[in-house]
Amino acid sequence: MTTPRRPRIARNIADLPPSGIREFFDLVSTLENVISLGVGEPDFATPWHICDEVYDSLRRGRTQYTSNLGMIDLRREISRVLATRYGAEYDPENQIIVTVGVSEGLDVALRAVLNPGDEVIVPDPSFVAYGPSVKLAGGVAVPAPMTEADAFKLRPDVVRSRITDRTRALLIGFPNNPTGSVMTREELAEIARIAEEFDLLVLSDEIYDRLTYEGEHTCFATLPGMAERTILLNGFSKSYAMTGWRIGYACAPRDIIAAMVAIHSYTMMSAPTPAQIAATQALRHGEPDVERMRSQYDQRRRFLVQGLRDIGLGCFEPLGAFYVFPNITSTGLDSQTFARRLVQEEGVAVVPGPVFGASGEGYVRATYATSMDNLKEALTRLARFLGKRGTPY
Amino acid sequence: MHSILEILASEGRCTAEEIALRLGIDANAVEARIREYERNHVILGYHAVVNWHKADDQRLFAFIEVKASPERGLGFDRLAEHIAGFPEVHSVHLVSGTHDLNVVIQGRDFREVALFVAEKLAPLEQVQSTATSFVLKSYKVEGQLINTEGEDHRLAVTP
Ligand SMILES: Cc1ncc(COP(=O)(O)O)c(C=O)c1O
Repeated sequence: MTTPRRPRIARNIADLPPSGIREFFDLVSTLENVISLGVGEPDFATPWHICDEVYDSLRRGRTQYTSNLGMIDLRREISRVLATRYGAEYDPENQIIVTVGVSEGLDVALRAVLNPGDEVIVPDPSFVAYGPSVKLAGGVAVPAPMTEADAFKLRPDVVRSRITDRTRALLIGFPNNPTGSVMTREELAEIARIAEEFDLLVLSDEIYDRLTYEGEHTCFATLPGMAERTILLNGFSKSYAMTGWRIGYACAPRDIIAAMVAIHSYTMMSAPTPAQIAATQALRHGEPDVERMRSQYDQRRRFLVQGLRDIGLGCFEPLGAFYVFPNITSTGLDSQTFARRLVQEEGVAVVPGPVFGASGEGYVRATYATSMDNLKEALTRLARFLGKRGTPY
Repeated sequence: MHSILEILASEGRCTAEEIALRLGIDANAVEARIREYERNHVILGYHAVVNWHKADDQRLFAFIEVKASPERGLGFDRLAEHIAGFPEVHSVHLVSGTHDLNVVIQGRDFREVALFVAEKLAPLEQVQSTATSFVLKSYKVEGQLINTEGEDHRLAVTP
């Protein structure tokens, strides 16, 4: 027997930065009686009629592969909903692919369009998977910082300053995880003009589109000239409380969908059939559920933002998703230390901002996808924690 | 403004101040609106939803299907209001279908409920017949699942 002499793990994998979420999860798991505001998923269960539809489908033996693109019924529903809600026209035959969540959609989209070394501009802070997904697809993620002063919106001048002759795409996601920021149609139109000017593709992750609390969500592909350059990513995890089902979709011009199907058909075959049936039911009959959950989130959002401000933490007002992103610099602690001590001393878990990018320093992410009782208790504990720290308030 | 009612209908203990915060409106306005609801009997009362079985309380519920003859000009109103007057009666509804009134009785045991039906309900002049169903086990009451494990299955920290 010989011991392996070469590193066994591929270089680009060994080089992936460790997930800050993972590290923090490991710490929290060792503690008891923790109220977690560190969760990135709904606290609601999947609406019962959706589960019921799937039970029925299982009884009827619908347990086979589907078309690589996904069930045509589901693609038709996706097409219908995007057309009626946003006026976005996608042909269910060849412009929509059903994926294993936005996660897979993102991966396949990036692999379909990036050549080695291509640069992708990614807002910072943003969802933890963006950077690594770009890297795994052979690209280079270029962060475009967003600041609280700009309401965590992507500034056109910042985007421009990041463009090089290797820039291939923008990867944006509004409403934004972790800040809850949204961008207006006019603001996005400026980003669209840049995409046009520099011939960039835009991957738009709109998974929180149904969770906006003021104003209308803008579907990026409906901006002038953008249908041709946008890969729209969306899913069921957040709006329909379906994280564990692992189901989402991507919409794009034909050639891009064809390239994505080529990858997806070899690596995934098709998204899970029960999940596709659940998603179809969600689009057909889930509207009242979305509204019910959205209204609950909205109430908690107002409550938590005010509660944080009342105990002395400045908090940007989020207008979408289900996160708040309070500014913790007044405590004199960095985000990591703040989050670690908060969970160790008071049993409240939040996620340190830098997990979502360097611009997250000075902030933590807390979710209001949890019960009012938990929010109240968390605020009480947080107030005690800040009192100990001697924050003036 | 029905959102105030919606909150109170599921969270009766929610204060006006909290409702105001959650809906982004003025606390005094919420307070005034709630008082108005109470005055106008839009809000009839506040109570806890109790799982009596778990509280080890032997109280018993029964549904009584009542067939009755309506009165000219009054229909079933007078009879229903008469029945509603008994403290044993938890609720009374006029219903469509094979019978006319649906009466929910709350008693200490089978005997008490049966006696109430035999001695108070059945003898009423307009009542033609009654059929009693005793509740053996409840699964959901007033919108609340009885079997709430209330467990959060989520991991503590996720992206
Ligand atoms: C912005 C964003 N995109 C994508 C995802 C992943 O979604 P899915 O469950 O559809 O893979 C998340 C989940 O946290 C998210 O916050």
